Amino acid sequence: MDFTYHVEGGDFTNAGSTSSEVKRMLKKLGVSPDIVKRTVVALYEAEVNIVAHAYRGDISVDLQDDKVRIVLADEGPGIPNIDWAMQKGNSTASPKVREMGFGAGMGLPNIKNNSDELNIQSEVGKGTTIEFVNYFTK
Amino acid sequence: MADVQDFHHALKFKSDLCIGCAHCTGVCPTGAIHVEDGHPQLDPNRCVDCGRCYQSCPVNAIYIEQDDFQTVYDCKYPVLLLPSIFIAQFEEKIKEKTILSALYHIGFKHVFEVEKSVDFIKEEMLKTVHENNGFKPIISTFCPAIVRLIQVKFPVLVPNLYLSKPPLDLTALYIRKLLTEEDGIPAEDIGIFYVTPCAAKIAAIKSPATDEKSPVSEVINMNFLYSKVMRVIKQGEYQLCEDSRTRYHRLSKASVNYTLTGGEIGLLKEGRNLAIDGIHNVSEFLEKLEDEDIQDIDFLELRACDESCAGGILCANNRFLMAERQRKRMQKSPDEVDAEDNDLLNYTDYLAQHKRVLGKVEPRSMDKMDDNLTVAMQKMRKAFEINQNLPQVDCRICGYQSCKALSEAVVNGKAEVEQCIFVQRALEHSEKLTLLDTQRINIKIWGSKKNDPSIAKNLNL
Repeated sequence: MDFTYHVEGGDFTNAGSTSSEVKRMLKKLGVSPDIVKRTVVALYEAEVNIVAHAYRGDISVDLQDDKVRIVLADEGPGIPNIDWAMQKGNSTASPKVREMGFGAGMGLPNIKNNSDELNIQSEVGKGTTIEFVNYFTK
Repeated sequence: MADVQDFHHALKFKSDLCIGCAHCTGVCPTGAIHVEDGHPQLDPNRCVDCGRCYQSCPVNAIYIEQDDFQTVYDCKYPVLLLPSIFIAQFEEKIKEKTILSALYHIGFKHVFEVEKSVDFIKEEMLKTVHENNGFKPIISTFCPAIVRLIQVKFPVLVPNLYLSKPPLDLTALYIRKLLTEEDGIPAEDIGIFYVTPCAAKIAAIKSPATDEKSPVSEVINMNFLYSKVMRVIKQGEYQLCEDSRTRYHRLSKASVNYTLTGGEIGLLKEGRNLAIDGIHNVSEFLEKLEDEDIQDIDFLELRACDESCAGGILCANNRFLMAERQRKRMQKSPDEVDAEDNDLLNYTDYLAQHKRVLGKVEPRSMDKMDDNLTVAMQKMRKAFEINQNLPQVDCRICGYQSCKALSEAVVNGKAEVEQCIFVQRALEHSEKLTLLDTQRINIKIWGSKKNDPSIAKNLNL
């Protein structure tokens, strides 16, 4: 079952609506609560990344019998060094942003921790595509 | 996951009084009620005993079961476990002492207020919340309707539930200990009668969220006992009781406040703690919490009723007036009480040993479409397709709470899509249904009375 959702960069009032929708579907499927939670955490983090950094993006959700595959493709500034960004604590956020408690460098590591498979591709100046898969049984 | 079984519910429907208006269907926070044959049908696995249906019923066709009051007279040593909000039902000119005297007159040996154990709980709660390194926020288990709501609708949040016993259980444990050990009353003679402001507490006592049995023996509905007390007072039958006879002690400010909205978070000293009342408000907030949209909250006090227990469906007076009287009592109460005022504090070691809820609160998701994931997926897809073709007005003429609820009932084989009045019109238009067919379907939902052709004649049409 495929669903596609559009996300506008900068629209913080609706940030998180896709993860909420996906959560509702996973609950209907009877996926166990801890896996629902993992998926929601990873998706929320990735969705808010689009809202905070990109111009716009599309999220496609592919529900299969044993797993959910989610692809978030955005048009945005891209990530110059993915390996570096995947390390906990690494962040490009300015001191001003960090002072407010944002940009702790936990975004991508958090997506990784809460997904079974993760693939990130990015081109600077074009955009980023994050694809992750969570299995319904461990 | 625990087997989903039918849970005990205190809310019952009287079909002879029911006029089939289906107001209850609309207000249910878990979509547990649909209409068939002109009457509401309750899905016992979804119902959380919050009582919104009871409040919505215009003809009092929903009632709350209660234990036979005769058991009080049959019991050798009946003691009353009274939520402090009971007193707040009365006009202020009726003094606490008068109310107590009437209760003794009715036949209770002792009256204990539930909130006696709040002074014990206070320390426990401070420690648990301020030193919490586990799941955040900790969610209060004071309101049993909320515990059930989380089990059925927000299973992801089950690990967040606070697993210390609520005041009701702790005070009941203390009463048994006190009466058997200090007064030498044989345990089997003691009956603890809890006065409930709501249906959820009855359900929680009769079928607790875990396997642990409730220390309460019987339950009395608050409005029932209120009427009994009022009658005794009005008829002047009672003798003013001696203070020494009662174990009704003064409660601390925090204990009196505990039952009102903000009463639990009032005990906490630091952190981010929220109090939310009203089950629809609670649902809205938990939905966001589950979405990871809200973070860094330490403690959530959640109550199903507006104005918390003052808004309990079995309270005899208006909730705002009750909350007012309760607050006035709080102002007059001492800041702190010691063991001399509250002898429960002599039993803190015993209570500390028994404070934890035994057994596990299991999630029992009502949302899941099927036990088999592949089948659930097929059903979800089908329900999604059906729902896309429904009008989305949620008119409930089909007997279900919403278009979405109907589409899910259809894929579960519990309803026909032709129950939708818009679908009926479309099918009549393409001559796939006759008027007789739609008549048959509508009678199945709403009964024959509402579908009687003579209605037109009666309206001179």
